[in-house]
Amino acid sequence: MTLSEVTDIAGRAGNFTVTVKEAPRYVDMEKCIGCGDCTEKCPKQIDSEYDAETVKRRAIYVKYLQAVPLKYQIDPEACIRLQNTGTCGACEEVCDAGAINFDDTEKIHRIDVGAVVLAPGFEVFDPTDSGVWGYGTFPNVITSLQFERYLSASGSAKGYLVRPSDSKAVKKIAFLQCVGSRDENLCGNGYCSSVCCMSAIKEAVIAKEHSPGLQTSIFYMDMRTHGKEFDQYMECARETSGVRFVRCRVNGVEEDGTCDDLRLSYINEEGLQVEEVYDMVVLSVGLQTPKHALELAHNADIKLTGDNFAATSDFAPVQTSRAGIFTCGSFAGPKNISQSVTSGSAAAAAVSDLLASARFELSVGASFPDEKDVSADESRIGVFLCHCGSNIAGVVDVEALEEYTATLPDVVYVEQNLFSCSQDSQDMIVERIQEQNLNRIVVAACSPRTHEPLFRKTLKAAGLNEYLVEMANIRNQNSWVHTADPDAATSKAKDLVRMAVARVTCSDSLKSISVPITQKGLVIGGGTAGMIAALNMAEQGFEVHLVEKTDILGGNALNLKHTWSGQHVPTEVAKLVDKVVWHEKIVVHREFEVTAAEGFVGNFKSTLTRRDGLKRTIEHGAGIIATGAEQYIPQEYNYESITRVVTSVQFDKLYELNEVHVRRAKNFVFIQCVGSREENNMYCSKVCCTHSVQSAIGLKKENPNRNVYILYRDMRTYGQREALYKQARKLGIVFINYELHGKPNVIENGQVIDVEVWDHILHRPLKLEADMVILAIAIRPMSDASTLSKLYKVPLGSDGFFQEAHAKFRPVDFSVDGMFVAGLAHFPKSIEESVSQALAASSRAVTLLSKKEVSLDGVTAIVDEQNCDGCALCVDVCPYNAITLVDRIADDPDAGILIRVNKAQCKGCGICQGSCPKRGVHIAGFTMEQISAQIRAALAV
Amino acid sequence: MSFEPKIIAFCCHWCSYAAADLAGAARMQYPHNVRIIRLMCSGMMHPEFVLDALSQGADGVMVLGCHLDECRYREGNYRALDRSDMVVELLEDFGYEPERFNLTWVSSQESDKFVKAVTEMTARIKKLGPANGIQG
Repeated sequence: MTLSEVTDIAGRAGNFTVTVKEAPRYVDMEKCIGCGDCTEKCPKQIDSEYDAETVKRRAIYVKYLQAVPLKYQIDPEACIRLQNTGTCGACEEVCDAGAINFDDTEKIHRIDVGAVVLAPGFEVFDPTDSGVWGYGTFPNVITSLQFERYLSASGSAKGYLVRPSDSKAVKKIAFLQCVGSRDENLCGNGYCSSVCCMSAIKEAVIAKEHSPGLQTSIFYMDMRTHGKEFDQYMECARETSGVRFVRCRVNGVEEDGTCDDLRLSYINEEGLQVEEVYDMVVLSVGLQTPKHALELAHNADIKLTGDNFAATSDFAPVQTSRAGIFTCGSFAGPKNISQSVTSGSAAAAAVSDLLASARFELSVGASFPDEKDVSADESRIGVFLCHCGSNIAGVVDVEALEEYTATLPDVVYVEQNLFSCSQDSQDMIVERIQEQNLNRIVVAACSPRTHEPLFRKTLKAAGLNEYLVEMANIRNQNSWVHTADPDAATSKAKDLVRMAVARVTCSDSLKSISVPITQKGLVIGGGTAGMIAALNMAEQGFEVHLVEKTDILGGNALNLKHTWSGQHVPTEVAKLVDKVVWHEKIVVHREFEVTAAEGFVGNFKSTLTRRDGLKRTIEHGAGIIATGAEQYIPQEYNYESITRVVTSVQFDKLYELNEVHVRRAKNFVFIQCVGSREENNMYCSKVCCTHSVQSAIGLKKENPNRNVYILYRDMRTYGQREALYKQARKLGIVFINYELHGKPNVIENGQVIDVEVWDHILHRPLKLEADMVILAIAIRPMSDASTLSKLYKVPLGSDGFFQEAHAKFRPVDFSVDGMFVAGLAHFPKSIEESVSQALAASSRAVTLLSKKEVSLDGVTAIVDEQNCDGCALCVDVCPYNAITLVDRIADDPDAGILIRVNKAQCKGCGICQGSCPKRGVHIAGFTMEQISAQIRAALAV
Repeated sequence: MSFEPKIIAFCCHWCSYAAADLAGAARMQYPHNVRIIRLMCSGMMHPEFVLDALSQGADGVMVLGCHLDECRYREGNYRALDRSDMVVELLEDFGYEPERFNLTWVSSQESDKFVKAVTEMTARIKKLGPANGIQG
């Protein structure tokens, strides 16, 4: 339901009635084919919201060409006809599909649901009213979102960096960070938006790639690149791309003369006043909850935080204050893409938990007639030529194409359709297949990427194997791109149809194979992430085996006292342990480790071994790795020799025990980034800044006479944690910045510890006399991570943490199907993020486990036993380890060897086929024969 | 009549084929000389197809895959890259100019890059003239 908003949520968890107001689209979604003829004819132009007002759109429009659904809509405020009945109507005249409906009206829907997920997202801060940055006054001051559109090939500047005022090539850009973030004076948003540091660096690097020689400077307070591999990216931006970083908050932008250049005045790190002139200034605008989301929160009756984000708990980060209503994405605090995707899956897990008993109640399977065996029949090809309104027929001479197509070998039937994709055309194709006894179909229309699934279904409905259809792309790759040359387009259309006919002639019926699934889960690691994942799967009704290496559940959380928001960790962990231990669906294997693993998605077999050698074998359909991480043991700052130099984890224990040294100490020095963000460990441990700030606040609150110093490189109290940083400064905790090349010196000096550090404000060395020094130690990957990595063939990243399949879009999946990752095993993160990831991993695993069998695409590798001689070149290149060598005849090594393909592991990429020197393996649906036939046909005339 | 070359372009389903579709949606215009054959991955492309195509009358062959490290199948495009050296050697052995083969990385969003690649390839082949290898 697009153009819709929720106006009311009545009822309670498991039984809500949601009222949805659907605004009129004025375009019939069933009829609109997304051709865009209407937009071309529409005379009304207004600013495009998607392009951040950098270009115009029409009154009838799609936000962008990849929009889903690709259906046009009319903006009633801008439409001439809707504003004045009887005028314009150009779109209606030009729409061959008859999709325009000026009489469309608003509709109210009432929907019964068991749970609700709120994901209204964020908007960027609008800097117009704050004045100081010149946004809205100086044309060359733009927001980061606008800059994104300038960099885009589909944006107004087509990727060329020219400035808005005079189209002059841009040579110097300044990025100003924290515009609309960490700033209560100008915008009221005290929190950190979390994502803007990284996005500014990315924009600077890409801009430099677009325009060699471009100078980019990023003005920032703290570089908050705390995500996985972000620090590496920043270093690369600095060292390789030459992005300049300036630690300074610039408080204003002025125009330099009358030439549209922009002047920045600031005080540099040496304390000197500097003026610089730039061609363009990009404001890194922060994230905030939009007004419509605040209304939604009101309508849904959920609580918000002081920063206007949905209030959640660290141990239930997708649960709002109202039972049955969940949230994900930036509505519950600023998030980057991978965190948003993770929280989306986590919300799905929470919903599945609540509604597990109703699973599949409303699902209906499609039924198709029995498939006809056509393998022995002569080819009888039917070709359907689509006009796509005038999109194809307006350029290609379809009459001539039909005449030509009828002459092609094995083609027994040709027909033209106005729209091949319309329902009546589908029904007609089914009829023709039966009536003409067609056994292979070519549809010459748009792209197989969008429409092949539809035509496959049509074939199934006609009792033909779905793989016996081939599309000729005569719209996107022909009529649309050769508009001015109809003769060439017609001749190319003939080639494309000929190629498709040649290819479909060699097509075989393929069976998608079904693999049964063991509906059980294995979770490795009994820390917070592992327990949350196990519990969620179990609550959804699946048996779970939870493997813990030690004799106690809880993992690293056992060392923690409070989450950043103040929740008591031991209480929450104890509750969790209790639930896990008593859950009838969870089997806990304490003091066991995985020592062997085999199998593939849906069918794994893992061997667990106890210290005394006892073995257990577990069969499971999916596995989650949540093995946590280790603490770094410092080699620096005389940690070994000075007893009152302690790690942050040790300090927490001493503090809790009210140990005498802590109690009596007056001067505390925290040192950040111990083992993080340097040399071989170029990553941020993410949690230590917030942790130290929290500890410091505790000390200071308990006794305001204590002196507490935090020596840091960048304070990374990201998101709403910024409130803690602010509170700490208010309490008088002293923050002193140091650089990697000027690390503090820690020396024992009788009863005190001297800490020497360079003071960037006073510009001279500073000596602090400390009674206690606390080292914020790094989080290290488990030293035995590589063992698990080898057992399940799941990769480790360069930092030694487990590597997900895709950093943004598959953040908890491994590239090996059926295996998932959560918690510190993936990368350092807070409890709230670990829980979110664990729920997400559970959700992904249950998606698999909830099916009795998994259906796999028929496009997989097939061995040609005649040609294969077992050379094993393909075994080496297969990215999925799907190919093995076997004896040609079982137990007869003399008969030679050949390869065997495990269809459940094969993904049909065809790297084997491309590597095989003997045509011994090919991909069904993309065989060497089919490709050769296409080449031959392409060149036949 | 001027020489209108025939070029076969092997496009990966996930990137360049999608970019070609997008170029259409944006009504970008480019020479009509290219015939696209869709593969699931540039790594599926067997080197023998290049010679096949040239010997059957193609004047140029392109392979368009995902940017390195963006392969859906992890490393198919690296395989395509590995093989491209071999393809060039083969072409020289058979008397074809190496410029008749082209390997380009194009993401699914880079319709402009796709258009640029096929436009430049067409111009390059037009300059070279019809393919005429030892067997050609």
